[in-house]
Amino acid sequence: MDGFTALYIFALAAFTGYEVISRVPVILHTPLMSGSNFVHGVVLIGSMVALGHADPESPLQLLIGFFAVFLGAANAAGGYIVTERMLGMFKAGGRKQGGEQ
Amino acid sequence: MTSNWFVNMAYFIAAIVFIFGLKAMASPVTARKGVVWAGYAMIAATLATFFIPDLHNIGLMVVAIVLGGGVAWYSGKVVKMTDMPQMVAIYNGMGGGAAAGIAAIELVRGVPHDAVTSTLLALGAVIGAVAFSGSCVAFAKLQGLMTKAIRLPGQNNINFLLSVITIGIGLTVAYSAHPGGFEIFLFFVLALALGVILVMPIGGADMPVVISLLNAFTGLAVGFKGFVIGNPALIVAGIVVGASGMLLTQLMAKAMNRPIRNIIFAPITGAAAEGG
Repeated sequence: MDGFTALYIFALAAFTGYEVISRVPVILHTPLMSGSNFVHGVVLIGSMVALGHADPESPLQLLIGFFAVFLGAANAAGGYIVTERMLGMFKAGGRKQGGEQ
Repeated sequence: MTSNWFVNMAYFIAAIVFIFGLKAMASPVTARKGVVWAGYAMIAATLATFFIPDLHNIGLMVVAIVLGGGVAWYSGKVVKMTDMPQMVAIYNGMGGGAAAGIAAIELVRGVPHDAVTSTLLALGAVIGAVAFSGSCVAFAKLQGLMTKAIRLPGQNNINFLLSVITIGIGLTVAYSAHPGGFEIFLFFVLALALGVILVMPIGGADMPVVISLLNAFTGLAVGFKGFVIGNPALIVAGIVVGASGMLLTQLMAKAMNRPIRNIIFAPITGAAAEGG
C-alpha cells in the first residue's frame, strides 16, 4: 500500500474513533471499553494472514503463528461474549448498571 | 482476482460496520444492537480471509481458531458478572499478544520492508507486547492473585530507560535484513518486561483506567500491524479503537477524579484510592 494513502487512512480513522464515542454516558464506559476490545479482535484476520504466509517447513514460524491465531480468536470470541453479556443487562431495566463502578 | 475483490469487499464492509457498531454502543438504547452487528461483521471478515489465495497452513489455522475461540467463549460465558473487568483485561492482552505474534513472524521471516513499515513493525511489536504482559498483570491484580502494588525505587527512570532500550533494539532488529534469532528473542523479552513493570505499581482501584489504556494500546498495535501486512481493515479498526480508547481512558479518569498522569506515573497504592 502507498505510504501516503495509509497515512490518510490513519488520520481519518483516528478522527472517526474520537468522534464516535465523544458523547458516551458514564454508565457505558466499561461496556464500551469491552466493545472496543472486541473490535480490535479483528487482529485475528491479521494473524490468519501471517500464519497463512508462514513457511510450512519452519516449526518456529508455525508455532508463533499458531499462538497468534489462537490469541486473536480468543480476543474476538471472548470480547464479544463479555460485551454481549454486559449490554444484555441494559435491555430489561433500562438504567440497571452492569460491571463495576 | 475475483476472490481478492470479494475478500476486500468483505473487509471494507466489516470496517464500516465496526464503526457503526461502536457508535451504537455509545448509547444505552442501541448498545446491544451495536455489538451484535459488529459480531456479524467479525464472522464475515474471518470467513472471507479463508478465500485469500496462496494461504498455507489452513488446517493449523482452523484448529487454533476453534481452540482459542472456544476457550474464550466458554470462559466468558461462565464468568461472574462482577469478574467482568479482569476478563476484558485478559482478552485485550490476548489481542496484544496476537499483534506481537504477527510482528514476530514478520521478523523471523526476515521480509525486507521500507523505513516507515519497519518503524511501525517495531513500534507495533513493543506496544502489542506491553499490552499483553501489562494486561496479564492487570488480570492477576483484579483476580486477587497479586495483591501488593510493587513500586521500584526510581520507577519512572527505570520505565523510561527500559522503553528507550527496548524500542532501540526493536528498530535495529526491524531495520536489519536478516535479524539474528537472539536479538529478536531479547527484543520480545524486554518488551514483555516493560509491560510488567509499567502496571506492577498501580493499585487495584485504578485498574479499569489502566485496562482502558492498554485496550487503546492494543488498538494501536493492531493498526500498525495493518500497515505492515497491508490490510486496511486492520488499520481502520485498530486506529479507531486506538483513538476512541485514548478518549475513553481520559473520560474514565475524569469520572474518577484522577488525572491520568497521576495514575500512570505517581500511583497512590492500595486503600487510598478506594473511594473512586
